[in-house]
Amino acid sequence: MERVVFKIKDNKKIAKNVFEIKLEGNTDAITKSGQFVNIQLDGLYLRRPISVCDYSKNSLTLVYKVVGKGTEQLSKMEKGDLDVLVGLGNGYDTEISGKEPVLIGGGVGVPPLFNLCKKLLAEGKKPSVILGFNTKDEIFYEEEFKKLGVNVYVTTVNGEYGIKGFVIDALKNINYTYFYTCGPEPMLKAVYNSTTTSGQFSFEERMGCGFGACMGCTCKTKYGNKRICKDGPVLVKEEIIW
Amino acid sequence: MVDTKVILSGWELDNPVIPASGTFGFGKEFADLYDINILGTFSFKGTTLNERFGNSTPRIAECTAGMINSVGLQNPGVEHVVKYELPEMKKYFHKKVIANVSGFSIDEYKQTCEILDKQDNIGIIEVNISCPNVHNGGMAFGTDPKNAAEVTKAVKSVTTKPVYIKLSPNVTDIVAIAKSCEDAGADGLSLINTILGMRIDLNKKKPVVANKMGGFSGPAIFPVALRMVYQVYEAVNIPIIGMGGVSTSDDVIEMMIAGATAVQVGAANLVNPFACKEIIEGLENSMNKYGIKSLKEIIGGAHNG
Ligand SMILES: Cc1cc2nc3c(=O)[nH]c(=O)nc-3n(C[C@H](O)[C@H](O)[C@H](O)COP(=O)(O)OP(=O)(O)OC[C@H]3O[C@@H](n4cnc5c(N)ncnc54)[C@H](O)[C@@H]3O)c2cc1C
Ligand SMILES: Cc1cc2nc3c(=O)[nH]c(=O)nc-3n(C[C@H](O)[C@H](O)[C@H](O)COP(=O)(O)O)c2cc1C
Ligand code: FES
Repeated sequence: MERVVFKIKDNKKIAKNVFEIKLEGNTDAITKSGQFVNIQLDGLYLRRPISVCDYSKNSLTLVYKVVGKGTEQLSKMEKGDLDVLVGLGNGYDTEISGKEPVLIGGGVGVPPLFNLCKKLLAEGKKPSVILGFNTKDEIFYEEEFKKLGVNVYVTTVNGEYGIKGFVIDALKNINYTYFYTCGPEPMLKAVYNSTTTSGQFSFEERMGCGFGACMGCTCKTKYGNKRICKDGPVLVKEEIIW
Repeated sequence: MVDTKVILSGWELDNPVIPASGTFGFGKEFADLYDINILGTFSFKGTTLNERFGNSTPRIAECTAGMINSVGLQNPGVEHVVKYELPEMKKYFHKKVIANVSGFSIDEYKQTCEILDKQDNIGIIEVNISCPNVHNGGMAFGTDPKNAAEVTKAVKSVTTKPVYIKLSPNVTDIVAIAKSCEDAGADGLSLINTILGMRIDLNKKKPVVANKMGGFSGPAIFPVALRMVYQVYEAVNIPIIGMGGVSTSDDVIEMMIAGATAVQVGAANLVNPFACKEIIEGLENSMNKYGIKSLKEIIGGAHNG
């Protein structure tokens, strides 16, 4: 983990209540897709955890949904500096994915899968991607994923775009060797119950520190107690206790 | 050169800055970021006789200038701490530490302290009788002068190390409890623990933390903590470790002038992992700003005249 002051380069709305922010600064502390950062915002005591959507040597992209005070405040920042703790969490392990992993994202669970997809491609694998949203106006990153050259399946609950239903409805028609998923907990449970292979899940929890010091985020797993911020946010299917 | 040294029951610390129990783990996460040997010392995560998972999540709620936690004393149990955490800690922290202890019965406090007494890298045993996050745990002892005295006596009987009792602010008269601990043989006092608080999620219309209530800490509680340190200082003759909302080197000095011999920093470590480092580095500047040559000389200064 490192504390880095990032410069806001761009911060724009990309879907209903969803923003993409591009930051400039040192990202050396990020070692894996699926890690997160913890952002300090003026006047708010706790930092806000947001997944790394994409990064390169000196730039960081985050995608976040406005749900409360902090994200609302962030969405109004056009420029300026952000105090960010970088390189938090374990991240996704790409080594055990097999040849054709499927990436399953729901809502703002989609962002961490973007860099993961790039990593898997760079490792010579053939990932496919399922992006689940409630409605058409919530959809984001369909084009970005397509540009990477992967098969993208979009679902909307009411069927106004793509496949009607939930991510697991799209999953039925896909062959996969392994899966990676991130999204709201009901979706994660559905994925858990309908997948036929092993896979990795990214979880959320309210955090005090985000780097393992306060025990604010601990959950029970079959492999012992784990801090979502430090021993997670990614857990493997075999260890999860719902 | 300014003199930042302070003495707690014969133990000289390089400076009065001590990360507070529960906000620093066993130091590992911070040792990865900076050399934590610059600290006066630190107080490790509250330890109980048996392993505890703690409360269900969510355990954390944000507040204006602070936070609520309801961790509920998650810890691996004293045997594990002695066998694994303390030897590991010696690799990156070369000073003695403060052992923070909780319990659910007098006997449990006693047994835990007996085990910790044998550890050479423990300088002080800090007995938490004030955790607001566990039912009948801790705070029941901390809200009644008689019970507080009983725990103090019991712990004193099993250790030769200095015993500091950590007091709860969730009482009508903290001075009565402080005195009772002193009379029972406490070598010092730590105050304050968190203030019982609560937040409600307006969307769900339910408490934010699963345990409904939790311990409120952070800068918002500093004036309350300072007031209590001031009052207790008037009433006792044993050293006080002051805490509650301390976030800057100026706060350290203010706490000391109110009566604290040393100062603990809690929540600040969580939102800024470098908080204690920055506070220590800022001490000299603050001392110069207020014309202070030696920190020892300012302890309780607000009470003179
Ligand atoms: C590891 C991790 C990765 C995340 N990645 C993303 C992401 O890529 N994009 C995105 O849009 N959101 C993400 N979230 C959720 C995001 O952290 C919350 O939406 C955000 O903290 C809400 O802040 P707020 O001030 O707007 O909301 P408020 O409700 O005002 O926040 C109050 C407090 O609750 C906390 N909180 C509220 N909702 C959540 C939540 N779902 N998870 C954890 N803490 C919460 C806040 O951090 C804050 O401390 C992630 C959460 C975690 C734990
Ligand atoms: C996440 C968290 C965990 C804590 N755990 C303990 C504990 O195990 N034992 C204890 O005596 N105090 C515990 N405390 C209380 C702190 O040590 C300190 O007394 C209190 O937070 C006030 O200081 P602050 O305002 O600087 O945080 C905890 C506080 C926090 C925020
Ligand atoms: S949020 Fe502090 S340990 Fe996970």
